[in-house]
Amino acid sequence: MKKELIKPQGLVTNANRRQFLRVGTLTVAGAGLLLMGCNDEDDMVPTMSGKVNLGSGDTGILNYAYALEQLEAAFYAEVIKGSYFANASAEEKTIMGDLEKHERAHREFFKAALGTNAIAGLEVDFSSIDFSNRNSVLGAAKTFEDLGVAAYNGAGQFLESADLLLIAGKIVSVEARHAAAIRDLINPGSADFAGDDLIDANGLERTLNFSQVLTAAKTYVKTEIDFSSLPS
Amino acid sequence: MNLIKLLDSMCADTKSAEDTERFYSRRDAFRQFGDFSKKVAMAAVPLGVLSAIPQVAKADTASLIGVLNYALTLEHLEYRYYQMGLDSGVIESADRVIFQKIRDHELAHVKFLQEVIGNVLKGTPVAEPGFDFTAGGNFSPFTDYPTFLALSQAFEDTGVRAYKGQAANVKESDVVLTAALSIHSVEARHASMVRRLRTKKGQDTVKGWITNGSIGSLPAATTAIYAGEENLTHAGVNVSTATGIDAAAVSEAWDEPLDMNSVLGIASLFLAK
Repeated sequence: MKKELIKPQGLVTNANRRQFLRVGTLTVAGAGLLLMGCNDEDDMVPTMSGKVNLGSGDTGILNYAYALEQLEAAFYAEVIKGSYFANASAEEKTIMGDLEKHERAHREFFKAALGTNAIAGLEVDFSSIDFSNRNSVLGAAKTFEDLGVAAYNGAGQFLESADLLLIAGKIVSVEARHAAAIRDLINPGSADFAGDDLIDANGLERTLNFSQVLTAAKTYVKTEIDFSSLPS
Repeated sequence: MNLIKLLDSMCADTKSAEDTERFYSRRDAFRQFGDFSKKVAMAAVPLGVLSAIPQVAKADTASLIGVLNYALTLEHLEYRYYQMGLDSGVIESADRVIFQKIRDHELAHVKFLQEVIGNVLKGTPVAEPGFDFTAGGNFSPFTDYPTFLALSQAFEDTGVRAYKGQAANVKESDVVLTAALSIHSVEARHASMVRRLRTKKGQDTVKGWITNGSIGSLPAATTAIYAGEENLTHAGVNVSTATGIDAAAVSEAWDEPLDMNSVLGIASLFLAK
């Protein structure tokens, strides 16, 4: 039924999609309306079998970001319930509390922006993380934050909409701020906050493609993520 | 010296005038450029193969060169600042490892941008301007460590906003956009580290991320660097209203861009008169 209600947007063809997105974000203020114009796939509604399809075009990339933000938000929600957090230093409590809010805000933003195009909630699996253990929590946080930065940096070039590219840019630098802070908690006062394991001789941070990111995320996500329609 | 005029004079044209019958449509040209460059990978820009990169439309190349020369100017400023800081001895010995790493990155960015501007886009990389990090005698970053750290934070947070502000202007080239994003996140890592370092030393209460539009304990002259960071609305969604998450946290979760004129206005405080 909902599909029928938004039918006029479906008239926007693929060829006009870029144009629509450029104009769309400027004129359409409503959150759920933002991306309706690019829903030219009918297969984005998740099935009930624990599988989601990210979809195509800019919608697909936003769903990709939404998936990663879901993962991060779910992780920090667990962190602040665990005994590591309960016994953490004041500084670490502040950082983890902030990160929980930031990632939840990112997640909810993407959900609102995607509206009816949003993938379902992912089922996460944090069985490999010990939420009572500082090293385990910080190690996982480092993995998630570094992965998030590399994912956004790698996906930017595939966004057609300049407005969405800017929004991704606003988020990725915050993920990088997080990543640096977590790395400094693990190895204080060292150069690891921007370590050579991530940054090459040109001073450029690593980028990862969709496949690399989702493969790395697989350890923590039970839901199967179909990204085959993403741009390349 | 007027930075904007300086940049204008540097990005007027490219040197690759010939081969005019070889026409690529705007997007196609950059797609080819992007695809080719991806194959070469971004590591240490191999000189020998650069000449094989397809010709791109002149106007677009000039525009890319302009943006990259702007970035190069900021990287010159950052590199010179950290090099002078390290040379001066103002940095506490335990912290030198941090600023050596940051200095290394800024130098790598300078060289990388010079390479792309000069050897890939066949433009002229902007020369390093003369700097006055005392801003006319107002600051003493090389004799006073808290001041050194304060200006470092200001430069890094400015850099993050500056790159972000240009993303849309380089998006026609996948390879330039990706490189710019990959520098942008490194600057954000620097910013986070320096901000937290200042707070650890009791010089401020800032966190690694920017709360509202707060300058913390930085001098009032830095107000422009943080103006607009309090924004809560993205793509028409007021995220604080939509989620019930407090405005301070939502402001922290999104960094804001800054346009070229604003950034150059900030940077020009530190140009030698």
